[in-house]
Amino acid sequence: MSTVTFIERVRAMSAHRGGVRIALALAHWIAMLVITFTGLLAITFFIGRKIPIDPVLAILGDRASAGAYAAARLRLGLDKPLIDQFVIYARDVLHGNLGVSLLTANPVIDDIKRVFPATLELATLSTFIGIAIGVPLGVAAAVKHNRIVDHIARVIGLAGSSVPVFWLALMGLLLFYARLHWVSGPGRIDPVYDGMVDTRTGSLLIDSLVAGEWDVFRNAFSHIALPASVLAFYSIAYLSRMTRSFMLEQLSQEYVTTARAKGLPERRVIWRHAFGNIAVPLLTVIALAYSYLLEGSVLTEIVFAWPGIGSYLTGALLNADMNAVLGSTLVIGATFIALNLLTDALYRVFDPRTR
Amino acid sequence: MEDFAQMKPARTGLHTWLLTDTPASPRQAALGRAYRRWRRFSSNPLSMLGLAILLLLVVVAAVGPILVSQDPLQQVLAERLTPPGAAHWFGTDQLGRDILSRLVHGSRLTLAIAMLVVVLVVPVGLAIGTVAGYCGGIVDTVLMRVTDVALAFPKIVLALAFAAALGPGVLNAVIALSITAWPPYARLARAESLRLARADYIHAARLQGASHLRILLRYIVPLCSSSVIVRATLDMAGIILAVAGLGFLGLGAQPPSPEWGYMVAAGRNVLLDAWWVATIPGLAILAVSLAFNLLGDGLRDVFDPRHGG
Repeated sequence: MSTVTFIERVRAMSAHRGGVRIALALAHWIAMLVITFTGLLAITFFIGRKIPIDPVLAILGDRASAGAYAAARLRLGLDKPLIDQFVIYARDVLHGNLGVSLLTANPVIDDIKRVFPATLELATLSTFIGIAIGVPLGVAAAVKHNRIVDHIARVIGLAGSSVPVFWLALMGLLLFYARLHWVSGPGRIDPVYDGMVDTRTGSLLIDSLVAGEWDVFRNAFSHIALPASVLAFYSIAYLSRMTRSFMLEQLSQEYVTTARAKGLPERRVIWRHAFGNIAVPLLTVIALAYSYLLEGSVLTEIVFAWPGIGSYLTGALLNADMNAVLGSTLVIGATFIALNLLTDALYRVFDPRTR
Repeated sequence: MEDFAQMKPARTGLHTWLLTDTPASPRQAALGRAYRRWRRFSSNPLSMLGLAILLLLVVVAAVGPILVSQDPLQQVLAERLTPPGAAHWFGTDQLGRDILSRLVHGSRLTLAIAMLVVVLVVPVGLAIGTVAGYCGGIVDTVLMRVTDVALAFPKIVLALAFAAALGPGVLNAVIALSITAWPPYARLARAESLRLARADYIHAARLQGASHLRILLRYIVPLCSSSVIVRATLDMAGIILAVAGLGFLGLGAQPPSPEWGYMVAAGRNVLLDAWWVATIPGLAILAVSLAFNLLGDGLRDVFDPRHGG
């Protein structure tokens, strides 16, 4: 057997194995997604149907008529075995039927469709800020190990896991809104501008840009700047800490020494060689940071009266509006799970070490 | 002067006894190892700061309520929203209650809640993780799949939903947080016991006739516990923040309880006129969670030198 055909065979084999590997990873991922989502459904089912003494009253409120009560009881299958009740519940959820909110009297799914874009806009902008500041900060901290930049990054990292987000939000309002007047106060936009641009993407910033309404854009920006910065602070802390530790690991490797010994410019060694190697883990960390922001938005939105899913959930919590609570939990949970597992899949497919 | 000269060699004697390479007894070896760890830990000023803050917190929780004269619940409407000053070091809230006194009384709540969550969560995580790692095979697969599923849940949001269903209250907040907090411990304990289960001394113990339960409880669990303790200390910061968050949303401790998160929420309405009402309890939460982070970092450096950065 000549060397050439041997190499070709090995290549063909590894390509084939690569295909199988990706297919297996995909199958594993889908299975995990289904199992995890079923688990989430089971928990919300348990919270909604098993913890309350009377789930019908929890759903309809205590002013429901006897007829409505009996109808709801029948529809939920409360006279049937537990597993049937769960199947009915799961089927409802998969059909987008999350019940009716006691508070707004709308179907919960419609309420969530209305409020979720505001949360996504906030979390997305925060993530962009987090990447733009956190990643370079982490790289700088690793390169200048134990120097002043590193110490700054360490302080920010510590603060990010020690400062209560709702308190930071309040302090931000006190300083930048009340004292310095740099930003607009609570809410997403001044009432004057409300409804001036058509909803296309659900993001006020993008919609107003597309419509060419500069005043609306400026106003929306002055409203989102502070909440986005507060949330971004946690992204910056987390991303810089992770970037720093990834980079430190790479910079201690021999190939970096080799590249430096070859006389490559330091900038190239850092950004092309070392940073190139941390791209995949970094991407997964960014996705994780995004899912944490979705969670963090619950406590932030309430402070800024940001009309997103966090405020919706909190309002529902305090009024014992269980359909709305569980609907929001499901939507946030599903997004969170999808992001979580997506990062896992990315890692499995792209990181050569997991092969 | 003479006393001092005599004291010094005695101390050095203890020092060398602790640091000897040839300990005469297991007790000496264990004390020596603890001493070395303490020296390593105490050489880091930040870890010591964390420890100092936490010791202060414990002291305040223990004897503080005796020292502060004002009743944390007593309303003096004539003195409402008094700025920080000589009479009220941290000012008063909108009902004229002394904030310092409320903070001091609230420290007991904060400590108790954090301890309770750990006491509830760590044994569950340890049990699941060590059994999975030690048994391997199908048991491992099933337990770890369950853990993976639970790990992918959004913790805070689920805790909120649980707290909403159970009704507001401190105990319910603790239960809600515990339900979502165990998976990382199971992961960690499993990784450790997987490594330990293959060790020669475990085989030796098996050959001497030790039962599985004995090996788990006497060999695996104690050896896992150092990394679990480090993790729990680091986690404590997150738990303190989560408890305060539940309190802030009105799902934790109920008024008039001096819980710190609820105190921040109460100060929200008067933020622009009386900054101290919300700011000071927030600083207290920050100090305690920072202290746990610093302490946890220090412990990690001591117990797991691989993780140094």
